[in-house]
Amino acid sequence: MAKLKPEDLERIAQKMKKLINLREGEARARVIVHMGTCGIAAGARAVMTAFMEEVEKKDLKDVILTASSCAGFCSREPMATIELVNEPAVKYVDLTPEKAKEIIEKHVIGGNIVKEYALAAGSERVL
Amino acid sequence: MQRLHALICTCTNCISNGALKIKNALEAEIVKNSLENDILVVQTGASGLCVKGPILTVQPEGIFYQYLKEKDIPNLVQEHFLKGRPVKSLMYVSEVEKIPIPKINDIPFFKDQRLIALRNRGVIDPESIDEYIANDGYKALVKALTKMSPEEVIKEIDASGLRGRGGAGFPTGKKWQICRAQVLKRKSSDPSASAYVICNADEGDPGAFMDRSIVEADPHSIIEGMSIGAYAMGATEGYIYLRIEYPLAIERMKKALKQAKEYGLLGENILDTGFNFEIKIFEGAGAFVCGEETSLIHSIESKVPEPTQKPPFPAESGLWGFPTNINNVETWANVAMIINWSAVWFSKIGTETSRGTKVFSLAGNVNNAGLVEVPMGITLREIIYDIGAGIPNNKKLKAVQTGGPSGGFIPARLLHLPVDYERLKEAGAIMGSGGMVVMDEDTCIVDIAKFFLHFTSDESCGKCSTCREGAATLIEILDNISNGEGKEDDLAFLEELCLAVKDASMCGLGQTLPNPVLSTLRHFRDEYIDHIKHKKCPAGVCKALVRYSINRDKCTGCTLCARECPAKAISGTVKSPHQIDLHKCTRCGICVKVCKVGAAYSE
Repeated sequence: MAKLKPEDLERIAQKMKKLINLREGEARARVIVHMGTCGIAAGARAVMTAFMEEVEKKDLKDVILTASSCAGFCSREPMATIELVNEPAVKYVDLTPEKAKEIIEKHVIGGNIVKEYALAAGSERVL
Repeated sequence: MQRLHALICTCTNCISNGALKIKNALEAEIVKNSLENDILVVQTGASGLCVKGPILTVQPEGIFYQYLKEKDIPNLVQEHFLKGRPVKSLMYVSEVEKIPIPKINDIPFFKDQRLIALRNRGVIDPESIDEYIANDGYKALVKALTKMSPEEVIKEIDASGLRGRGGAGFPTGKKWQICRAQVLKRKSSDPSASAYVICNADEGDPGAFMDRSIVEADPHSIIEGMSIGAYAMGATEGYIYLRIEYPLAIERMKKALKQAKEYGLLGENILDTGFNFEIKIFEGAGAFVCGEETSLIHSIESKVPEPTQKPPFPAESGLWGFPTNINNVETWANVAMIINWSAVWFSKIGTETSRGTKVFSLAGNVNNAGLVEVPMGITLREIIYDIGAGIPNNKKLKAVQTGGPSGGFIPARLLHLPVDYERLKEAGAIMGSGGMVVMDEDTCIVDIAKFFLHFTSDESCGKCSTCREGAATLIEILDNISNGEGKEDDLAFLEELCLAVKDASMCGLGQTLPNPVLSTLRHFRDEYIDHIKHKKCPAGVCKALVRYSINRDKCTGCTLCARECPAKAISGTVKSPHQIDLHKCTRCGICVKVCKVGAAYSE
């Protein structure tokens, strides 16, 4: 990778924003598993594996599966955030591999939030 | 120039759902209504919601129609394009509006939080520098390096009112100013003289995990903050002192440093501006005293990690004798935000003397344990009852402990106190690095003070006799009190000894280790007196002070307790009242648990 010049940052930011915000591009959904030490201790690895297996099994080419850090609500880990295009993000709590499979089936594919496992919709207040 | 743009998606999916027919119908209807000069029909690519196709977006209003059919089009054009009344029945309804699940900001845990240091938590992939850049990452570094002089950077940090988040709360801008002055002094005689910036990530307070979470969630925010600091102070090398018990944080920081180096954001001639800066990780072996500045420096120098007398302060003579500036993880994580958003913005958050936000790890007897970032000035009640959702099992709150083993206990009656460096200090506690342990009515104050003292006593490096012997003696006295052997003059002696340890110990560890005892003596003196005078432990924790008995009137003589007692301390014959031999009783409480008629009890 070549060394960056100040103007390169904006280019990277624009490229990544497209990916992260699910606009344009191929992706229709983003599944974020919260993998901090607390999440991993509560079983986030098994949840991540379940999401991976399900995405592969269902051959979902337009779903981005990614990891992020602790969402702060450590007592309700493992947690995941599901973002669908043009929808507010939905945070799920107290996940298990079985719940992860159900969320892929019903929410990511079917577009219906699994209300029993959902904590809330939207993003946290930043700044 | 058209007044409306009708964007129809003509991806494969939407075409198979009839998008082209809709497009033709739209165009025909527009011509019929003589709107061809007002409205432009545009074909677009996949919008992402094509399962709901054919779909049409009308700009600039951004109105989104879905599942369109040819028969809908005349009405749509008439109503929306001609009369300006969007057709609700064809509009897209958000899934969230259909299924009423709460919005995140309606959830008390998230509602009162305000994220600055944790701005990227749970949002970006911490192992992707590109995602950090997408969220304004390294923008502040570019701004500092290309548009600001080092003095201007320091002025901005100073004006923001940012204070050290590691515990002591020293103004960060002042600290940087002192270090820069030393660097300039050195360089005037020796142009090759080095200077260091260090990130203190040796988080050791029991129950605290703020720094770990920040490093795990957003390692680049630390790198960016340190780079800005290094530029401002004239340092060319940095260390992150990260404890080895945090393997995930170390792994993510290593990856982040590698990525930053590949992008040329660390190394030589950063961003083509002539600024050089390198960062190394130093893995600390987990000694609590290494969180103290001089001990930390000795540890990196491979010397015995013991504190040395200040002055000289690290700014004058720090790592390998060079000017050195040490800030805590959370302090560094705030720096880029202040440069990006200005000191004025930052200083509007918080209280008069404590600006910005503070990250707390909320732990102990609280329903929502977790990591919270709140504006300074928020009350303890809001943190514990709104964000933390109160105490589990309907128990009463007894005290909240802030600042780890160096901190103090705040009683429930002072919950209205705002989180602010000065106000917490007035109450006998400290802001500390952000540990917040909530304790319910079942907590014994003597026992918990002893717990923290055991920790500091174990972690004392032993250099100062007041700290080494003082802590051991304090524990001895507290042990006596909880064993029912406390004497009336113990409290006065405890106080005197605490003050001696505070005054005569060299570093922060010794100077603050009496705080748990001092603050409990101040706020919970009655509970000490209960232990000493009345030989009672109100919380029922101190075993020596708990007595188990059997109520003769209630006991049916079922023999269950006698059979279950592991110490064989209960005697009695069938169908007649049993009794406990207090000399044999180990105070395990099994008799109370197994008794079916409530005859066995403790007092």
